Amino acid sequence: MSVQGNSILTVNNIEVIYNRVILVLKGVSLDVPEGKIVALLGANGAGKTTTLKAVSNLLRAERGDVTKGSIEFRGKRVDKMTPPELVKQGVVQVMEGRRCFSHLTVEENLLTGAYTRKVGRAEIKRDLERVYAYFLPLKQRRNSQAGYTSGGEQQMMAIGRALMAQPAMILLDEPSMGLAPQLVEEIFEIVRDLNQKEKVSFLLAEQNTNVALRFADFGYILENGRVVMDGKAADLAANEDVKEFYLGISSGARKSFRDAKHYRRRKRWLA
Amino acid sequence: MLFFIEVLIGGLLAGVMYSLVALGFVLIYKASGVLNFAQGSMVLFAALSFVSILAMGVPFWLALLLTLAIMVLLGVVIEKVVLRPLVNQPQITLFMATIGLSILIEALGQMIWGSQVHGLDLGINDIPFNFYGVFISQFDLFAAGCAAVLVAGLSLFFHKTKIGRALRAVADDHQAAMSVGIPLKHVWTVVWAAAGFVALVAGLLWGSRLGVQFALTLVVLKALPVLILGGFTSVPGAIVGGLIIGATEKLAEVFIGPYFGGGIENWFPYALALVFLLIRPDGLFGEKHIERV
Amino acid sequence: MIYRETGQYKSNYGADEQIFPIRQDRIGVMIILALAYLVVPFIGNDYWFSAILIPFLVLSLAAIGLNLLTGYAGQLSLGSAGFMAVGAFAAYNFMLRIEGMPFLLGFILAGLSAAAVGIVFGLPSLRVKGFYLAAATLASQFFIEWVLTKFPWFTNYSASGVITAQKMVLFGYAFDTPVSRYVLTLVIVTLLALVAKNLVRTRTGRDWMAIRDMDVAAEVIGIPMLKTKLLAFAISSFYLGVAGALWAYCYLGTVEPQAFELTRSFQLLFIIIIGGMGTIVGAFFGAAFIVFFPIFLNLFTSTVFAGQLDPGMLSHLEQFVFGSLIIFFLIVEPLGLARLWQLGKQKLRLWPFPH
Repeated sequence: MSVQGNSILTVNNIEVIYNRVILVLKGVSLDVPEGKIVALLGANGAGKTTTLKAVSNLLRAERGDVTKGSIEFRGKRVDKMTPPELVKQGVVQVMEGRRCFSHLTVEENLLTGAYTRKVGRAEIKRDLERVYAYFLPLKQRRNSQAGYTSGGEQQMMAIGRALMAQPAMILLDEPSMGLAPQLVEEIFEIVRDLNQKEKVSFLLAEQNTNVALRFADFGYILENGRVVMDGKAADLAANEDVKEFYLGISSGARKSFRDAKHYRRRKRWLA
Repeated sequence: MLFFIEVLIGGLLAGVMYSLVALGFVLIYKASGVLNFAQGSMVLFAALSFVSILAMGVPFWLALLLTLAIMVLLGVVIEKVVLRPLVNQPQITLFMATIGLSILIEALGQMIWGSQVHGLDLGINDIPFNFYGVFISQFDLFAAGCAAVLVAGLSLFFHKTKIGRALRAVADDHQAAMSVGIPLKHVWTVVWAAAGFVALVAGLLWGSRLGVQFALTLVVLKALPVLILGGFTSVPGAIVGGLIIGATEKLAEVFIGPYFGGGIENWFPYALALVFLLIRPDGLFGEKHIERV
Repeated sequence: MIYRETGQYKSNYGADEQIFPIRQDRIGVMIILALAYLVVPFIGNDYWFSAILIPFLVLSLAAIGLNLLTGYAGQLSLGSAGFMAVGAFAAYNFMLRIEGMPFLLGFILAGLSAAAVGIVFGLPSLRVKGFYLAAATLASQFFIEWVLTKFPWFTNYSASGVITAQKMVLFGYAFDTPVSRYVLTLVIVTLLALVAKNLVRTRTGRDWMAIRDMDVAAEVIGIPMLKTKLLAFAISSFYLGVAGALWAYCYLGTVEPQAFELTRSFQLLFIIIIGGMGTIVGAFFGAAFIVFFPIFLNLFTSTVFAGQLDPGMLSHLEQFVFGSLIIFFLIVEPLGLARLWQLGKQKLRLWPFPH
C-alpha cells in the first residue's frame, strides 16, 4: 500500500512464535503514518493483540518471540528494546482489559504513568490536570481505589495513565471491551481529540469494526496471523467483503455459507 | 499481678523481635505479591557475614557497611538471576523460587563463612532495669526502638515516594507496570536491597540474642503468624501483629501451656492468627482483596 | 509422524471417554506398566527396591494427593506432611488396637482418618485465600506434630516416640521382602493414580479447576464452594494419608512424628512444581527428580571432590546445587516437566515440520 507522509512506526514482515511451537503471526507488515489513527481489525485470535505486544515488547514475558522481521519507530529499530526503554522513546501500550493497579487510587494510577519522566513536581501536576481535562469523571474519583471504579472509568484511567508518559504514539488494545455503546463512542471521541490536539498517533486493535473504521484514518485486517486487506478507513468501510464479514451488512441476496467460506479462502491470498 | 505484667511486657517486646523479621516479608510482598520464604536465610546470611567480617578485625561500623554492601549485592544478583526471568509467572512459582533461594542462600552462607555458632555482642547492656517493680530488658527496648524507626521509614517510603508507588503498582500487575514503563529491574533491585537491609537489622538483633547459627532461619516460622495477623501488605500491621502474637504467646505459654504439657508455642500463634483471619481474611491491616467477575 | 492421532476414529461413547484417548499414549502406558510389574521385580536388587523405588512411588502418590488440592483445586497447602503423619499413625493404631485388622483395611481407614482431619483444617479455606491460606495450613503441620509427640497414646507409650509398623499379612502371605513391598506399593499407587487421573476429568475435577482459576466466577455459575473445597481437602488428605501409611509400612518400618516435618511438606510442593501443577503424570516426574537427583549429585560430588573437601562443605555444596537447580527449573519451564513432556509430544505430532 502507499501511505503518504512519513511513518512513525513500521512493522516489517514479523513472525511471532509462542513457546517455540505455536506460530501466531505469519509475516505481518504495517505502517502507521505520523499523527494518524490506524486500526487493526480482525476476529478473535487473528493476532491483533500479539502484534501490539510485539511492538511494545511485552511478548517476552509471555514466552513469545519475534523470530523474523523488524520493527522501526521513527526509523530506529526497536524490536530489542525493553518496554521501559520504549516508553522513554514515546511508545506506550494500553493493554487489553484495562489492567489498572487495583490497590492504588485513581490519581496514583495516573502518576505511575509518569514514572519514566525526569521532570519536576509542578510539571507532573500540570499534566495531571490536562489528563483530568480530557477525562472529567476521573477527577471526581481521584482518591478512590481503582479496583472499585467502573469499567468506563478504568478504561479512561488506562488511557490517561499512558498519556502521563507524554507519548508520541499509543498502542491501544480493545478500548471498547465490555463498555456500553455510548461510552465506546465517548472513548473514541477522546481518542480523536488526543490525536488532533496532542498529536498522538494511535495503533488501535479493535473488534468493533464499525466504530473503529469511523474514527481511524487507515485500517488493516488480520486473519489467522496474516494481513489480508488494508487501505484507507473509508475505502475499507465501503468494501463489499468488509461489509459482508465485519460489518454485517449484506449487499443483495443472501449468500449460502459455502460461498462465504470459499470467498474467505480466496481473499486470504490477496495480501 | 506484677508477674502477669512482667510476662506481658516480655511478650510484647519479644513480639517486636518477630516484627523485625516480618517487615522484610512485607517489603517483598508489597512489591511483588510474593511471600519471600528466603527472608529467614537472608537474616542468617546477614548475621553470618557481619560476625565473620568483624572476626577479621574490621571495626564495627565498617563491618556494618560492608555487610550492607554484601546484602545489596545479594539483592542485585537475586533480581538478575532469579526474578527477571520469572516475570509474569504465577505467584506460586515465585514462591517456590524463594524456597529454592532459601536453600541456596543458607548453603552459600555456610560455605563462605563456615557453619559453627558465633557469638555476637552489640555492646548493648542486657541488664534488666527496674521500672516501678517490673523488670524490663534494655536490649529488648533497643530492639523496639529499631523496629519503630524502620516502620516509620518504610511507611514513608511506600506511600510518599515515586518508587514506592511504582512498587505497589508492580505488586498489582507486573505486565501492566511494564507497559507504562516502570522498569521492574530497578524496582526489584531496590526492594531486595531494602529487604537485605531489614534482614541485616533483624540478623544483628536476633544474632546477639540467640547466637549466630543455623537456627536463625527458623525465625521465619515465628514471623509468619505475625504476617497473617497483621496482613502481608501492611507495615504497621507487622508491628501490631508482632505485639499481639508476642504477648498472647507468652501469656498462653505461661498460664495455659502447663495444662497441655507445654510446647504449644509452635502452633499457638498460628491458631491465634487463624482466629483473626476468620474475621478479617486479609489480616488486620492488609489491603483488601478486590475481586470482580 | 510417529505420534499422530490421525485415523483413530471414535465411533462410540466408550471409546471417546477412555482415560488415554490416543492410541500411542495407551501403548506407552502399557509398556511402562509392563516394565514396572513384569521386568523390574526380577532385575532389581534390594537396595533399589527399598531405597529408591519404594520412596519414589510413595512420594509420587503423596504428590498426586497434594496436586489434587493445590494443582487442581488451587488451594496452596504447606501442611501436607502433617496429613501423611495422620495416615501413618492412624494405620498403626487401627492395627494395634483392633484385633485381626487386615492391613489393607487399615490403610483405607488411615486414609479416611487423614481425610477427616483434612476437612477440619480445610475449613479456613472458605474464608482465607492464597498465601494467607498457605501460612494457615502451617498450623495443621505444627499442630499435628505437636499432638503426636505430646500425647503418648498415639505412639502406644513408646518411650522414644518411635513406632514399629506391624507385619503386613494377606491371605497368609507376608509382605516382608523388599520386592514384595515394592509390588504392594506399586499396586496401590497404580490404582490410586488411575483413580486420580479419572477423577480430575469428572464433574468434581472440573469444579476444582473452576475454583482454582477464579473462585468468585465459579461460585457465580453455581459451583458449591463449601462442598467442593472441602471435598478437595478430603480427597487430597486421603491420598496423603495412604501415602503416609505406605511410608511407614513399606518404606521405613519404624517411624516417629519427625519423619513428617515441614521439610517433607516442602519436598512434596517441590515435586508438584517441578513435575507440573495440575497434572497427574507430573507427580511421577517430580518425584523421580527429587529421589534420583540427590543420589546422582552425591555420587558426582563424592567422586569429583573426593578427599578435597570436608564432608560438611560437600553437603553444603550439594544443597547449593540443589537450590540453584530448583530455581533453574522454574525459570526454564515454570509449568514443570509435564509441560516439557507435552510440548515434546506436540513437536512430535508436527514433526518433521517445525510449526
